[in-house]
Amino acid sequence: MLTEEEMREIEAEIPRYPKRKATCIEAMKIVQRHRGWVSDEALQGIGELLGMTLDELDGVATFYNLIFRKPVGRHVILICDSISCWIMGSEKVREHLTARLEISLGETTADGRFTLLPIACLGACDHAPALMIDDALYGDLDPEKIDEILNRYA
Amino acid sequence: MEEYKKAGGYQAVRKALFHMTPQEVTEEVKKSNLRGRGGAGFPTGQKWSFVPMGGDAPHPKYLIANADEMEPGTFKDRLLMEGNPHQLIEGMIVGAYAVQADIAYIFLRWAYKEAAKRLSKAISEAYTNNCLGKNILGSDFSIEMYLHTSAGRYMCGEETGMLNALEGRRANPRSKPPYAAVVGLWGKPTTVNNVETFCNVPHIIKNGAEWFKGLSHTEDGGTKIYGVSGKVKNPGAWELPMGTTIREILEEHAGGMQDGFKLRALIPGGASTEFVLPEHLDVRMDFNTLQKVGSRLGTGTMIVLDDQTCPVGVLLNLERFFAQESCGWCAPCWAGLQWIEQILRDIESGKGELEDLEILKSHTWLLGPGHTFCALAPGAMEPLQSALKHFHEDFERHIREKRCPWK
Repeated sequence: MLTEEEMREIEAEIPRYPKRKATCIEAMKIVQRHRGWVSDEALQGIGELLGMTLDELDGVATFYNLIFRKPVGRHVILICDSISCWIMGSEKVREHLTARLEISLGETTADGRFTLLPIACLGACDHAPALMIDDALYGDLDPEKIDEILNRYA
Repeated sequence: MEEYKKAGGYQAVRKALFHMTPQEVTEEVKKSNLRGRGGAGFPTGQKWSFVPMGGDAPHPKYLIANADEMEPGTFKDRLLMEGNPHQLIEGMIVGAYAVQADIAYIFLRWAYKEAAKRLSKAISEAYTNNCLGKNILGSDFSIEMYLHTSAGRYMCGEETGMLNALEGRRANPRSKPPYAAVVGLWGKPTTVNNVETFCNVPHIIKNGAEWFKGLSHTEDGGTKIYGVSGKVKNPGAWELPMGTTIREILEEHAGGMQDGFKLRALIPGGASTEFVLPEHLDVRMDFNTLQKVGSRLGTGTMIVLDDQTCPVGVLLNLERFFAQESCGWCAPCWAGLQWIEQILRDIESGKGELEDLEILKSHTWLLGPGHTFCALAPGAMEPLQSALKHFHEDFERHIREKRCPWK
């Protein structure tokens, strides 16, 4: 089931495309913005609204890197693992994060504060190594800077 | 928007709408020698001329700005959209007029949050000022524009994958022909150009094709946003005449290598281009010249490999990216790239054997042009085949010493 607010936001997107189905990716992003992730139940709700089956929607959802089909922490850390960041020391950034948060890539901290995920090139190669936390981009990272940034997130 | 207008913004739209026919706009862009800035370098005017025109042409026609910048090492379109979103919008309006499109989408990468904010604001300003919508600026031309942000996947940047993504499907490629210009989004004629390509268009229309050609050092018209990342003193991106030499970009603009590091090689235009060597520093960064030394301009944003970074590690990183982003639609790509990644991982960790190099080499042919559904795998083979050539000794050393000599 979708909430009224989610329905309203999804319906506002529908006129932008000639077919209702085209709104499905945006709909998943809307649900994810509200709940952090996209459950089967939410997909069912999207399917009813847009005239799509659960399988059809799941096929789309699992294709895209940024649709989460499992619960995530309150904040999602996306650490760039592509070439420019790798040359500039992204492995050290990753090691520092996994040690400090006591989780591996793909896991969520015990307090539910952070989920740590690898991500392909963030287009911030001039400020490598880089990462994103939720909607914010951070570059030119080193361990001290990472500690300082993490402290901003509750 | 006021600032952009003061600097001459939206004059190209006026000129096109009130003083030129759509065919004249396409002709001017053709004459300017503008080639696509997204990687493939297809002549823009020619692309536009493939779109069916006239009373019998199917409608709605679509126009898309490919803003799904996800080629590793590439960050030029982000700077263009954050710095001057109206320039992109104006280029798209002129393009839409040339092909007589009815609906335009900006297909933006999910990660570009700042660009998304600025583009949304700019689109609504353009609507308020009647530069978008019905009968723009009092002409009989109408165009609707929407910002679409994706959910992240490299394949979205492939033209036909992008069409599927916009339709709400998996971003698998479509078979060509038919080409998007004739049968594209929802089966209708569709024009897809890169962000930087569109950003050039207002200037061509305002100042003329001859002026644009004159900006360049070589036969490819205009300027280019060149970028540099890696261990240089001043990584960044700069707009320079097309055909600026690698040396000038690297030494003058990027400030040269960081102290203590030497240049080993570089990838000139994003992850899917071939390595060039220090002996190529005086090569001009344009489409034809780079091709002559066995590489490609690609996106024009170079990744610098220094002497203290393991080239096998670099290759493993690049091929892992391509293996991961392969959409799985055709077997040579998904199976071949996974195998390549595994072999490189073995070599890098000291478990490689000499015959692995032969297997890698055969893959550069098996996954080469014409053997896969789209250009992802052939692109992935470009850095691999050039690395096998230029860094042969480094590969062999890993195998001989059964370890990574850089660790």
